[in-house]
Amino acid sequence: MIKLTIDGKEIEVARGTMLLDACRQAGADIPTLCYDPDLRLAGSCRMCVVDVKGRPALVASCVAPAENGMVVQTESDDVVESRKIILELLAARHKFECPTCEKDGECKLQDYMYRYGVKESRYDGEGPHFGMEDPNPFIERDYDKCIMCTRCVRACDGITGAQAINVKDRGHHAKIAAPFDGKLADSTCVFCGQCIMVCPVGALSSKVAAGQGKPAQNKKVLTTCTYCGTGCTLELNVNNDRVVGVTSNRDENWSPVNKGALCVKGRFGWDFIHSPDRLTTPMIRENGGLRPASWDEALDFAAGKIKEIKEKYGPDSLAMFSSARVTNEENYLAQKLMRAVIGTNNVDHCARL
Amino acid sequence: MANYQDIIASCKDKKGGIIEAYHALQREFNYIPREAVAEAARVFGVSEAQAYGVATFYSYLSVEKRGKYIVRMCESAPCHVAGADKVLKAMEDYLGIKVGETTADGKFTLELTECVGQCQATPVITVNSQPVFNVSSEKIPEILSAYK
Amino acid sequence: MAEEIRILLAHADQIDPAQAEDYIKVGGYKGLEKARGMTSKDLIEEVKKSGLRGRGGAGFNAGMKWSFVPPAEVKYVVCNLDEGEPGTYKDRIICEKNAQALIEGMAICGVAINAQQGYIYCRGEYPFVVDLLRKAIQSAKDVGALGDFDIEVRMGAGAYVCGEETALIESIEGHRGEPRFKPPFPGVAGLWGVPTVVNNVETFACLPYILTNGADCFASIGAPKYPGTKVLTLTGDVNNPTYFEVPTNYILSDVVYKLGGGVKNGRKFKAVQVGGTSGAFIPEQNLNTPIDFDSMSAIGAALGSGAVLVMDETRDIVDIVTRISKFFEHESCGKCNPCREGTFRCREIMEKINSGRATEADIDNLLLLARVMKRAALCGLGQAAPVPITSTIEHFGHEYRRKLLQYA
Ligand code: SF4
Ligand code: SF4
Ligand code: SF4
Ligand code: FES
Ligand code: FES
Repeated sequence: MIKLTIDGKEIEVARGTMLLDACRQAGADIPTLCYDPDLRLAGSCRMCVVDVKGRPALVASCVAPAENGMVVQTESDDVVESRKIILELLAARHKFECPTCEKDGECKLQDYMYRYGVKESRYDGEGPHFGMEDPNPFIERDYDKCIMCTRCVRACDGITGAQAINVKDRGHHAKIAAPFDGKLADSTCVFCGQCIMVCPVGALSSKVAAGQGKPAQNKKVLTTCTYCGTGCTLELNVNNDRVVGVTSNRDENWSPVNKGALCVKGRFGWDFIHSPDRLTTPMIRENGGLRPASWDEALDFAAGKIKEIKEKYGPDSLAMFSSARVTNEENYLAQKLMRAVIGTNNVDHCARL
Repeated sequence: MANYQDIIASCKDKKGGIIEAYHALQREFNYIPREAVAEAARVFGVSEAQAYGVATFYSYLSVEKRGKYIVRMCESAPCHVAGADKVLKAMEDYLGIKVGETTADGKFTLELTECVGQCQATPVITVNSQPVFNVSSEKIPEILSAYK
Repeated sequence: MAEEIRILLAHADQIDPAQAEDYIKVGGYKGLEKARGMTSKDLIEEVKKSGLRGRGGAGFNAGMKWSFVPPAEVKYVVCNLDEGEPGTYKDRIICEKNAQALIEGMAICGVAINAQQGYIYCRGEYPFVVDLLRKAIQSAKDVGALGDFDIEVRMGAGAYVCGEETALIESIEGHRGEPRFKPPFPGVAGLWGVPTVVNNVETFACLPYILTNGADCFASIGAPKYPGTKVLTLTGDVNNPTYFEVPTNYILSDVVYKLGGGVKNGRKFKAVQVGGTSGAFIPEQNLNTPIDFDSMSAIGAALGSGAVLVMDETRDIVDIVTRISKFFEHESCGKCNPCREGTFRCREIMEKINSGRATEADIDNLLLLARVMKRAALCGLGQAAPVPITSTIEHFGHEYRRKLLQYA
């Protein structure tokens, strides 16, 4: 264990603890933009800088290991001034359309500008100048809201492994780009939207959910994705009793299977939910056509037919193929039904094929 | 003309040698063609996005087609005080192009550079990386006309 | 005392730097031989004792740096030949005059830290130096001077930031030359994640002398706390714009007036920028300072790369600093916010001032920005980029104010 003093408070942390975690442990609220606990460290936004006694420069706490005897100030005048100016620098190139921005209310730039009272930028030269990217049905990339934290690049590489995007050019002209500055669709992008998930501002957003509700207006309902057997947890964004989007919860306790990562189907393939073409009742085939029926009628009908077959040909004439798109519990019940009620071991499952 | 696959293959044993491969490609083509970036990504086992990111990071590498002779004006402070602006103007006038452009005949591309480490003889220009010393606006036509 | 002392350049133009035999004839590779007869601990002690400090800019004791390298199966010796500081060409000169000393120096470091592989990262602007070094290495191998130590030359491609050691490592690995955060320092986890010593050409090239003549001999040259010699490159308004090797206690005014032959065209001196484009501008009243690391730090300047840019009374400081601010905008790698956005805004404000469109508030904004960049930028580039601005506002503030709107 090592001992250090943070904002006058002495604390003890395990060796190898990062200064950021130590500060948080000491109750300090350190702003971060590029830091993401699930991603390779960058140490690039410099928002998390703190004052360490005896160091000539400020220290980026997210990439600095805590050291024995450190005396740290997390909101010294120097620190606050630096954070303010960094925010002003970001603001100077930012297209503020908060009222219509998908991230309004859940945006780190907004939050920190509010926290540090940055109303405008004194660096009033050239403003935002990049524009939008990419015709694709899923992801909106607005370069003029990008703060170049590279979290999207690191998520695309480190979480999804697609490596579809990277930084192009350098300096103030650097921007996030697919190969040859081309379209995402022509790249190795799998449209998982992990980049949207990690973006701390509104530079990346879902086209499918656009305009249907801001973060604060949406109720988040945790559920399990029904597309495949992985069982990812996702968050339905519900607004006025309608599903208007899907986001994910990155907390391992809530999202043990996927820690927030989703695939294109889970994140973007939800707009069928309110489709008028969806079946709303069971259907029974009769005379070459389908007619609506109640659940009771349909279940009785199916049970009757199954009984009939079992009586006539024996239980092994029946088999159950279950699906990865239902939950484990439902699969358990399915095989139980076959074994205990029908009396056959003929059960199988699509994930095994 | 060597093809880009062979050029890249000749560098493949250099660990992390994608920049070496880009140099070799530029010696042949004066820029890095798109297919070559993709091939280099494959050979060096990195994503195309990364290979492209590398190619666009360095100012001596170009992913845009360039002329046969790449003429660069050094504009760092020592050359600046020695009159780089005037020399640049003379080159733009002589070639009829602006910085970043290539002459219609595909012969010259005009670029700016930072110090090329020949500051004993400012102002300096380079033609395909070979420095030309103590240039002046008057000498530009003579210097550039030597490149056919 | 206004004489050159030549250690690195002692045999300049008398030997062919590509030929190891030539170098051996004048006593070359004796240092390496001696190093091989020492334990690694003694060797590092000897280098520490010589007081040799890194010539790349940070001025860290070389032996000390090596002593931090932990044991590991594979380690690397990397030479920084990315001299990108405008006005600097001393590493090129050292190679062109005495490439074998660099090679020997790297091999000595290899013995000290027990590494078998070296890399020289040479800037892309010097393809001819790359060719020369490859020949010189081959020649050293042919005569058996290097033993089992090997050196590969890698070429940069036009990125000043790659002079920063971790960006340089990234570049050798074939990546964008973006600096890494430290720790871990390269000595612990550098090239391909293994312990790596990165030193400048000039630092390595001092080693043969130290080993051959002894640490004490080297330590007695120049300034006691920053001993040895320094190769300077003189540019700008001097009569004699060339390179010199001088002891480190040499006085700056002697550089300008004795070696440089004074200001050109009989004009008066205005300022000198030492250490390249990231260096401070030094006014006349501070000219009487020795060039060594600590003396320069004391006047808020840095010896840096040893470039010396002299400006005469007619020079427009604001215009020159505007040009310099464009340099940093162009060379910022773009990784961290203070530098990526800061260098861009510095250039904007400098242009505004230079073209007579600025007010006093712009200068305040510039100084505020400079302060934040110095404190919060990720690497030395962003931290040093505002130095020319702040040092000229300090010493030549009237030249800025003259250009402000209200006085125009
Ligand atoms: S959608 Fe997924 S694969 Fe595509 S760029 Fe974003 S993170 Fe990468
Ligand atoms: S798009 Fe978002 S995540 Fe990606 S770099 Fe920009 S701000 Fe960061
Ligand atoms: S990204 Fe944030 S600051 Fe920018 S427009 Fe959206 S909500 Fe506003
Ligand atoms: S959060 Fe630490 S540098 Fe970005
Ligand atoms: S400043 Fe132009 S060559 Fe060095």
